[in-house]
Amino acid sequence: MQRRLLFLLPLLTLALMAGFFAWSLLVGRDPAAIGSVLVGRPAPRLDLPALRAGDPPLTDALLKSGKPVLVNFFASWCAPCLAEHPLFTRLGEREGAVIIGIAWKNKRDEAEAWLKRLGDPFKSAGLDLDGKTGLDWGLSGVPETYAIDGNGIVRMHFRGPITERDLNESILPFLKGAE
Amino acid sequence: MRRAIALLALLFTLPALAVEPSEVLADPALEARARTIGQALRCVVCQNQSIDDSAAEVAHDMRRAVRERLTAGDSNDQVFAFMVARYGDYVLLKPPFKTGTLVLWLGAPLLLLLAGSALLLAARRRQRAGLAAPQPLSDEERRRLDELLATARCHPERSEGPLRQSERSLGLRPRDDS
Repeated sequence: MQRRLLFLLPLLTLALMAGFFAWSLLVGRDPAAIGSVLVGRPAPRLDLPALRAGDPPLTDALLKSGKPVLVNFFASWCAPCLAEHPLFTRLGEREGAVIIGIAWKNKRDEAEAWLKRLGDPFKSAGLDLDGKTGLDWGLSGVPETYAIDGNGIVRMHFRGPITERDLNESILPFLKGAE
Repeated sequence: MRRAIALLALLFTLPALAVEPSEVLADPALEARARTIGQALRCVVCQNQSIDDSAAEVAHDMRRAVRERLTAGDSNDQVFAFMVARYGDYVLLKPPFKTGTLVLWLGAPLLLLLAGSALLLAARRRQRAGLAAPQPLSDEERRRLDELLATARCHPERSEGPLRQSERSLGLRPRDDS
């Protein structure tokens, strides 16, 4: 009888594995997500030349103004940035959000032309030509967006384009709650 | 000639590194350290490549940052700390030993230990059971065995049958477990 029970072992293993796979599929776990260590920490330094001619350089003074700020890294050569851009335009124009734009590894002319064509929702914009600031911010590519509260603490970090859902479920509540 | 070509071809089977000539430091000792670090840092957009193996933009930036830190006089550990501060433990191809990674580090050895001791125990138990001496034949059994053997000797062509039978009836054959 005891020996018979041993034959249940493979079945048990199968059940365990099936359970794990089902859990992975149902919970919506993303094994490719790399997380962010910045969330909960003060935002890294910002010290970049201005993207738009005539603007003062971009510093982190804006990050500690007491108002929540969104920081968006983008590039004119990046297609997902194109996809999320209307959401930022809406945030800037209709919701009055303070948005800082940083062109990452982008030529100034191209980034400026891109903003001229699609609309410029950025209160302040910088140019991170060599990607050093991106590295300090733990950037893995563009687009990425950070939500920073009034005390300069990073509260959210979106890797990849933000979606309508992110906007409604996370960003707007954050902007309202952090004020 | 053919052998020479084969050898030459083998030389080119080394893993292709993504480190670009423009990134290489002039100081060979520092560059060697940069390579050691680069092999242990994970590219953040390509899942399981080291930054030295990856041609991604971010990997390029990370290689450059590693070299900048080394040139500035950082130790290897300081460079790793610099990267972990930005990208978390994810950048380390060799995860650190801490509470969150206990299962990762100890799971496999523990399982091996468990399975090993279970096997050892089972083997020892089996050995002990197998060493029990067989019971000697009783008088009655011995009498029947002699009788059967005598019959078998008289009919050599049928020796197979009765012998088998006698063995089974006397319980001399190894017990079938099934």
